Parts: sequence; structure tokens; C-alpha cells
Amino acid sequence: MNYNTGICKPNPDLYTPIMMKIVEIKDLTEDVRFFKVKSLEGDYDAPYQPGQFMMVSLNDGAGEAPFSITSTPSRPGSIEFGIRKVGKLTEKLFTYKVGDSFGMRGPFGNGFPVEKMRGKDILIVSGGLGSVPLRSLLLYILDNRNDFGKFTYLYGAKGIGEMVYKEDFLEMLSSDKLKLHLTVDKDNSGYEGKIEEGLVTNLFRYVTDINPENTMAAVCGPPVMYKFVVKELLKLNLPKSNILLSLERRMKCGVGKCGHCIIDYIYTCVNGPVFTYWDVIHTRELI
Amino acid sequence: MRVVILPKESEPKLYDVLNDLGEVWAPVQRGEVWRYEKIDSGDKIKGNPTRTLLPAKKLLLPQEINMLDFDKEKFKKASAEIPVRIILGIHPCGINAINILDEFYSTDFLDPFYRERKDKTILIGKSCIPDEFCFCDQTNTKIVEKGYDLFLTDLGDWYLVWIGSSKGDDIVKKGVGLFNEEMPKDIHSKFISWRKDQNSKFRHGIDLEGVIDLMELEYNADFWTELGEKCLSCGQCTMVCPTCTCFNTIDDMELTKPAGHRRRYWDSCMFREYSLVAGGHNFREARSDRLKLWYTHKLKAFIGLFGSPSCVGCGRCITTCPVDINIKTVVANLKGMEVKNEL
Repeated sequence: MNYNTGICKPNPDLYTPIMMKIVEIKDLTEDVRFFKVKSLEGDYDAPYQPGQFMMVSLNDGAGEAPFSITSTPSRPGSIEFGIRKVGKLTEKLFTYKVGDSFGMRGPFGNGFPVEKMRGKDILIVSGGLGSVPLRSLLLYILDNRNDFGKFTYLYGAKGIGEMVYKEDFLEMLSSDKLKLHLTVDKDNSGYEGKIEEGLVTNLFRYVTDINPENTMAAVCGPPVMYKFVVKELLKLNLPKSNILLSLERRMKCGVGKCGHCIIDYIYTCVNGPVFTYWDVIHTRELI
Repeated sequence: MRVVILPKESEPKLYDVLNDLGEVWAPVQRGEVWRYEKIDSGDKIKGNPTRTLLPAKKLLLPQEINMLDFDKEKFKKASAEIPVRIILGIHPCGINAINILDEFYSTDFLDPFYRERKDKTILIGKSCIPDEFCFCDQTNTKIVEKGYDLFLTDLGDWYLVWIGSSKGDDIVKKGVGLFNEEMPKDIHSKFISWRKDQNSKFRHGIDLEGVIDLMELEYNADFWTELGEKCLSCGQCTMVCPTCTCFNTIDDMELTKPAGHRRRYWDSCMFREYSLVAGGHNFREARSDRLKLWYTHKLKAFIGLFGSPSCVGCGRCITTCPVDINIKTVVANLKGMEVKNEL
């Protein structure tokens, strides 16, 4: 397990956010919105890892909450989020326009162990909104393509309307940099031949000819998905420590102090949110 | 270590020395309970209660802290005038609890709100004799090795004063005429018999040996569900626990201008919302899951993190829980003992 010993560099102290300005907004689905932010002074150049998260703070009473970073550190200058409107804070955030600003603390969490993944074949499996944090890893690998072996990406969403970054993914279908397979639980009308129908686990039939010892898998999706996806990965004989899962918990501080994300002796915000499947077996309640 | 003697008749005069340094807080009796209060004279130092209702964490981590001030432009750490505070009469379990807080708040990330209060706190401990709820002999917290400035062992007509820090040494130096450097002749026998007396008074019936493994083995035991059914989710156990640190944050807006404050206040893992995420998924919907989290944290998880349990045996959960769920009954269940249930 990675243990994050860093301090959130750009922030003056643990809990004080710095202000970020929204420079781009677009809708990813009906209720998921993309926000690109820069620091008020200009480019944001503090380092982070794919899979890390930020605490986003609104200065209008709506509070603070954790959000995965959807951008890649290989494209510095700004930070991007893909945020679903699902609670008090996000409802307020969805009224924000380009030019508005909000507070941000971070980056927090361990992120994906990209150094360990280097040289390995990569298999990413995402469900629904799981593509938001995994986009960071996806773009990171594409930007450093020669550092990694074979690259396969499986993405399943509920329906066409719920698929985040749909246009980007459709475009990547023809890319020779990765093998990409897309599916929706039901009704793919209009996208036949590009997006399949069925659960994301059905896409594993495309994953053949892999060297399990040399493959690292990264998984993120709704809680219900992990069990089924892990089962498929184990069928492929992937070692448990090569299966990386990015998990969600309630978090109020991001630095292992408020307690909400604790599971046994693990603070999801500091020791996670990325865990190996061995961590999951070893620690009850992780998934 | 430097050790001196404080005759008991000099104890009230110690107040004047301490008052020059900052606010003096000591246990004060209010009805049936004792609480740490700021005292304004030496004659208010009376009694040595086994436990106060709330532990000294209320001074280091107030129930509510204003963390940030914000307006339309920015967030700023709220500044607060933090007085120097001398906590007088804190017992070994309390000092050990603060040592745990120190470790917790300094690991990985330094919590500025705890740190700035702790840095201005002087601890003057006092020895105690256990009542039927104390079990600090089980948690290795009946003595203190560090974390205090002065520690007073009550040996009858006088205190044996252990000097634990440079600040403590300053206090002794300032208390001209209060302390004796010369040890009484019978000190050795008095100290030994005091130790024996203290040890003989434990009668809690709790045995923590093997509990870490039992927490794992009894994870799915039925008694968790039974305890969950009784639990009121009132959170009192976490409020009175000297090592409970969980907090929630809330933002308040001012009425007349677009500015506000982020406050942090004590939270409890017993509350339903504790593990609830946006969208409605609750990782610990069942009360039994929340109870299990607390006991796992105290008796098992913290050992994995810091090498010792985060329970200091103060007995507050035993005296506080209205439905008799506490370390004693949980450990008895873990050990398969018959649990006397008075409810």
C-alpha cells in the first residue's frame, strides 16, 4: 500500500483551500458536468498522480466534498473534474459559470501506482462514472504510450445517455494506441457496431492472449460492479496484487483526520482510494 | 528524571505560580459530576475525582472550532486567541490519551488546530486510585512515561513530584519555597505501599488479552446484531471517549453579507450519517456495523497503526452508555462470557 506522506503543497495549511477559476464547462451527460479550472494566478502546476482527488470547496455555504481528478498530470496547467449532480454541493456547483471560482485543496490520496505499472500490460475496466478518475490514467498512459505494454480499456455504462466522455471514447475506437470496447446495459440504438449491449463483464471475451503476471488491471465503478469484475480478472489468473480498485467513501478532510472514510486501520483518503484486491481481501468492508 | 516533594498544604499556593503562566483548569464538582473548569483561586483545587464527565480533550479539541473564514474572494484560516492553559489534576489515562492524540495529529499531516492548542497546554498530572470502572491496568496506561510537565504522586501528607519537561522544571523553579528538594526518609516504603494499594483496587473484571484476534474471529458473531438492536446511536460513548477525534464540518453564511465560516465540530461514528455518501449509499447503515467500527478502531485497528490500543481504560464508556454497551460488555461477549445484562 502506498502511504502518502506529502503535504498538499499549494495550500497554506491542511484545511485552507486555494481559489481556482473555472475556464471551461461542458455537459458530459444529463447530470454529469465537466469543469476545467486554473489557479487565479494562472496555470496550476502542482504535481499530482492519476487516481488522486481534490477537496472542492464552495464559498457560498454549500460546503466541501471530495472529487476525483479527471485530467492527467502529463497535461499540466489546469485541473479537470467530471462531477455528477447528486447532492447539495453539486447542485450549487451546477449553477456556476465560466469565470466563477471555487476553492480547492489537494491533491490527496495515493493515486494509481504508475511507477509500478510502467512496462506492464494495462487493462482498465470502468463502470458508469468510474471513467472519470480512470480518464486520468487513460490519458496518462496515452501520453506516455511507450512506457507501457499492451493497453486494453473496457467501459460499460447504463445507457447511451449515461456514458461519460462518449465522443472521446467513440473517437478512440479507431486508435491503434489501445484496444477499446464499449457497452451499455441496454439500448444501444444508433451506435450499433460501436457500442455493444450487455454488462461490462461481457466485454471480457475480448481479453484473450494476456500474460497475467505482466498485466496490471485498474477498476473503478459503482460498488456493485467490483465483485463481478474482480471475478473475471481472477479467471484470467491476474495476481491479486495486480488488481487495482479505486474506492469511494464519505470524506470531510482528505487527510486522515475527520475519520469518516476509515475502514479498520485504513483511511481511504490517505491509504487509498486505490487499493489492490489483496488489500480488499485482507481488510473487511473495503468492498 | 528530577523528582521533588510538594507538601499538600502548599498545593493551593501552587495556583499563584500557575496563574502567572496562564489559565488554570482543574476538576470542579457540579452536582453529581466533575468537570474541568477554569478556576480563579488556589482553594478551588479540591478533591481528586476518579473521572471528569468529559475528558481534557474538550480543551485541546473544543466541541466546535471555527476553521476558516471565507468571502467571495477567498478562504482564510480563522485566527483565534489561544490562551496558555494549565490542566491540573489529569490522571495517567488522560495524559496517555493526549499522547495518543499527539501521535494521531502529527502522523502524515499535522493538524494546525490541535497543534496550536496543544503547544499552549501545560499538563500537571495527579495519581489516582481506581474505582470499579477503571481498567487502565489492561491498557498499559496506569502509569505515564511521557507527555506531562509535572506529575504528582499522592503519598499522604505530600506529593512526590516528577518533573517531565523543561516547562515543568520552570514551574518548580518559580515556586520558591513550595517544593522540597530533599526526599523524606520513608519515601521508598511509602511509594511501594502506594503502588501495592493502587494495584489491589482494580476490580473491573476485564481481560483484554487476545482481544485483537477475537475481534477478527468474532466479526460475524450474533452478539453484534444484538448490541446493535440495543444501541440508541446517541454517540455519548464517542463524546466522552478521551481518544475519539472524528469531526464533521459545516459552513455557515452570515446574514448580511456574502461571507461565512467553516466550523468543525465533534462527530460520532455512531450517527447514521457517518458513512453516508452523496447519492444515498450508506456504507454503515446498520447500527451493529457502526458499533463494530468503534470497537475495531479502539481495540484492534489503532494497534495496527500505532502499536497500542486507542483505549486508555478510563471507564467513561462504562459509566456513560445508557444501555450498557461498553468495553466491558463487548469484551465479555468477545470472550464468550456470560454477560450480566441489567436492562
